[in-house]
Amino acid sequence: MRRIPQYAALLVYLVFLGFPLVWLLSTALKTPQEMASLDPAWIPREPTLANFAAAFGEQDLVGAGLRSLVVALASAFLTVAVALPAAYALARYQGVLKRIALGWVLVSQVFPFILIIIPLFMVMRELDLVNTLAGLVAVHVTFTLPFALWMLQGYVRSVPRELEEAASVDGAGRMRAIVSVVAPLLAPGVVATLLFSFISSWNEFLFALVVLKDPDVMTLPLTLVRFTGPEGVARLGPLAAASLMATIPSLIFFAIIQRRLRSGLMAGAVKG
Amino acid sequence: MWVLLLPALVPVLIFSVGPLLYGISLAFTDAESGRNHVTSFAGLDNFAALLGDDDFWQSMQVGMIWAVSVTALQFLASLGLALLLNERLALRGVARVLAMVPWAMPPVVIGLMWRLVYHPDAGIVNSTLGTDINWLADFTWALPAVIVMGVWSGMPQTTVVLLAGLQTVPRELYEAGAMDGAGTWRRFWNITLPQLRPVIVAITSLDFVWNFNQFSLVYVLTQGGPGGRTRLPMLFAYEEAFRYGFFGYAAALGVAIVVVVLALLGVYLWRQLREAS
Repeated sequence: MRRIPQYAALLVYLVFLGFPLVWLLSTALKTPQEMASLDPAWIPREPTLANFAAAFGEQDLVGAGLRSLVVALASAFLTVAVALPAAYALARYQGVLKRIALGWVLVSQVFPFILIIIPLFMVMRELDLVNTLAGLVAVHVTFTLPFALWMLQGYVRSVPRELEEAASVDGAGRMRAIVSVVAPLLAPGVVATLLFSFISSWNEFLFALVVLKDPDVMTLPLTLVRFTGPEGVARLGPLAAASLMATIPSLIFFAIIQRRLRSGLMAGAVKG
Repeated sequence: MWVLLLPALVPVLIFSVGPLLYGISLAFTDAESGRNHVTSFAGLDNFAALLGDDDFWQSMQVGMIWAVSVTALQFLASLGLALLLNERLALRGVARVLAMVPWAMPPVVIGLMWRLVYHPDAGIVNSTLGTDINWLADFTWALPAVIVMGVWSGMPQTTVVLLAGLQTVPRELYEAGAMDGAGTWRRFWNITLPQLRPVIVAITSLDFVWNFNQFSLVYVLTQGGPGGRTRLPMLFAYEEAFRYGFFGYAAALGVAIVVVVLALLGVYLWRQLREAS
């Protein structure tokens, strides 16, 4: 009996959290005729996958998806390549510099994007990187770096220093010790950071909006926003279908790393 | 030590610290986007101009209403959900997964999804409530509508942190409370909340900063309209910088926002610390 109010409350939450998602799915499955009717229904009268096919038929969207993939992969690998040595150094050495660096990671969260994107934009204009995917990759690395650094140095710290020292005592050099002892233990953390960086870049909208002006180089989020043209309602179905498909990579990767991300956020929140 | 540490940190400096310092310095110049414009030092001119700019004050007001209400509602909703998820209820797994989904979704998709929800003809809100309102273009309703989306999209992080906090509250405290005859409400008020306090302070501070700096969700949903009613400070800064090309002015706006956010956080954290001790 005591449980009844609790279940009622849980139901309210399920409805609030779920209804926009259900509506997105429902819109994606509706025919253009049904979209035009003035009495929208939760469950499509004649469910169709035509909207998904239509989304794939849009040259813009497929190309944008591929460009997003290239940018996200490049950003993820570059972020980890830049962050890993720094994370190792920060986790292993004590001192003022370390505290400054970790403080920086936290402080950088407070600063609004505008203070980062304007200078980057000015530098990129000098280097002719505006409107290029390479330019966007550079910006994505910049904005993912602090959190990637935070995640990675946590993983390095969880590898006991004694293991590394034991390997050194056994006659392995410092590099050998790192490669054969630390690297395998660090691999899951590196993968998690790669996936996190990939999601950040794949989902990112604002920096892409500033850097990419030409529709021919736009990434998926930008193309999605441009998708609803003056035709209005008729294009909402394919838009919903494309939005769902754009979410799939993030959703899968997120499912893999969410446990690690949760503990990372927890550490950040408690220490912050 | 230093020799080993520095090469590893140089890329971080180039990519992360450098741009920010450069950005802050731009706030004291008259930088513009035009290629032929010669940038010169402008002292505090940009800040003086900001203080006299009605659009600036309007966007700060919208930003405050948005950030405070989203943070507060997010906290209350997430606390309720975290308490429920902490109980042994059926459907708990479903709710847990559902509550995490917004975290993984691209902000653009969240914005587009809510545009479908609020769509005046094809949307579900009007047909469910029997209303005929163009939610996102209505001077009264646009901001509340956007705030609801903000609460929805930010619940995962807050819920996760609060739930983790709840699970660290020692069980013995509740047992002791039950022996003293404290009811559910008393136990919540006298045990759960005080124990959660550090976590609550941390996550609401983080949420407030994130919300105040929000851009993508609202840009996709309303582009700041109608008539600037949902133009958050970041949307204002984006327009100044990349629509009108006033880089120095937009940078000054960024600095002003940092100062406001840090000042508010400072007061909030100081009061919390004082009450805790």
